[in-house]
Amino acid sequence: MATAMVEAAIFQGLSWNPLADLRELFAYPFMVNALEAGTIVAVMGGVIGWFMVLRRQTFAGHTLSVIAFPGAAAASLAGLPLAVGYFGFCGLGALALAGIAGSRRSLSAESAAIGSLQALALALGFLFVSLYHGVLNGLDSLLFGTFLGITGRQVTVLLAVAAAAVALVAIAARPLFFASVDGDVARARGVPVRALGFGFLLVLGLSVAETSQITGALLVFALLVTPAATAHQLTPRPGLGIALSVALALAVTWLGLALAYFSIYPVGFYVTSLSFGLYLLVRVSRALASRRRTTGQLALEAA
Amino acid sequence: MFAHEFMRHALIAGSFVGLACGLVGYFVVLRAQVFAGDALSHVAFTGALAAAVLGLNILAGLFAATILGGIIMGILGDKARADDVTIGSLFAWTLGLGVLFLTIFTTQDSAGNGTAGVRVLFGSIFGLSTTDVRNAVVLAVLAGALLLAIARPLLFASLDTAVAAAQGVPVRALGLVFLALLGLVSAQATQAVGALLLLGLLAAPAGAAHRLTTRPYLGLALSALFSVGSIWIGLTLSYVFPTLPPSSMIIAAAVGVYVLALATTAARDPSAFWLRQANGNVA
Repeated sequence: MATAMVEAAIFQGLSWNPLADLRELFAYPFMVNALEAGTIVAVMGGVIGWFMVLRRQTFAGHTLSVIAFPGAAAASLAGLPLAVGYFGFCGLGALALAGIAGSRRSLSAESAAIGSLQALALALGFLFVSLYHGVLNGLDSLLFGTFLGITGRQVTVLLAVAAAAVALVAIAARPLFFASVDGDVARARGVPVRALGFGFLLVLGLSVAETSQITGALLVFALLVTPAATAHQLTPRPGLGIALSVALALAVTWLGLALAYFSIYPVGFYVTSLSFGLYLLVRVSRALASRRRTTGQLALEAA
Repeated sequence: MFAHEFMRHALIAGSFVGLACGLVGYFVVLRAQVFAGDALSHVAFTGALAAAVLGLNILAGLFAATILGGIIMGILGDKARADDVTIGSLFAWTLGLGVLFLTIFTTQDSAGNGTAGVRVLFGSIFGLSTTDVRNAVVLAVLAGALLLAIARPLLFASLDTAVAAAQGVPVRALGLVFLALLGLVSAQATQAVGALLLLGLLAAPAGAAHRLTTRPYLGLALSALFSVGSIWIGLTLSYVFPTLPPSSMIIAAAVGVYVLALATTAARDPSAFWLRQANGNVA
């Protein structure tokens, strides 16, 4: 039913009346659900992603989001609810990643271990999908998700999970920040660095598992990494940075949803393109600014 | 098993793909650039779909996208090593583009060719033609020769960038060439095991080789050997049990080798292994 409504609504395009267009955005329940879900995901992704970028765990984050895919495939093969698969696999993945990070091997050994884990997850996912013949048509939506088919109940579940995840990170924010910036000093001051690292990966896995049911396994990552990376480019201050990261994620998601509503192209494309565009803009302007500063200094020294 | 032509094709092409992946993978792991390989595999997916949408040769799109992707990552990154946040942002966008092309492709091609995306993502090693096999062999030999030609300076630059740069080794140029080479190999492996699974061929055999030896040339050989071996094991498994997809079996074999390597090195010197674990707790 939801898809039929999407079909009906999607090709109407923009009118010349922005107010009417805006009202139309909220006219359909599926669109309201998508906006609500997008808002929740953006806030959660902005907060958790900021810490993920700070801790340089982008690869681990991407691996977790990939692990959601075999989770879903395994659940549909076993006839269990999809959510069981998402949460089960992401929880296991977080455990494995924490084990890899905790063994404190060299950087190259760690990246090999994470890469192998991710490849195994994808191989399993494909295996499950081919064993369960019926789902092959749904593979695209498992991987890329559908923003526009979300039910009201899903939004409630999403809200609960997101609130729990953000609350956990907020409680541990100060020691987590300390441990992420300078692990050795934090450890010397008695901060439980290992436990924090493990807990953070679990929360990351939890939020990824929930988000990937809506955005698909591959695109969760877009909302986690790019707004946070942009915020880190703009300010090193934690409070301001997290606020910026959330604001950017929100703006990108809302704009992306609205654009997707009035065109035939998918939400994921708009969300990722907008956020990457912003990131590039900030990178380029910062590079220009620093070049101007150095040439200014050189001129001063010459004078 | 060798009586079937598709199986012979798969074994020949697979061996050469495995060889190239094993060799390049050794350096990918050494330089801790597995994430770059991960990103390139998604770039491969987007490139192939873009070519399909534009009506160009899919293979050409694949190679152009991955080589270009490798070079862009090298340029954006610090010292041509591409830091993980830059890679992450770039490839989140690549994924978005991939979704776009997938949508256009599936709506454009109303005959219901929705499996094209799946083929690119997970490969089709049992469907290779004679030309595909020849291409795979030529490219693998080319990539392998190129890599061995720059192996010595690349090794130096990877192990100690600062000293290598001081000695006049062109560190940045080497990094760029290496990433372009990685792109080439990624595109080639995409045909065999698919865009999503080639990461396993890059990371797992090389990771096992790094665990087993610190000597570089022995490690390179081991990595290539493991990689080719996993392809053979995977193909045989998939031939014997036709319900199991070949790409999954290849990766399962590669990860199996890696886990075995972890287990044997841990068993060889259990005290050192547990000491390291304990140190991880304390230090």
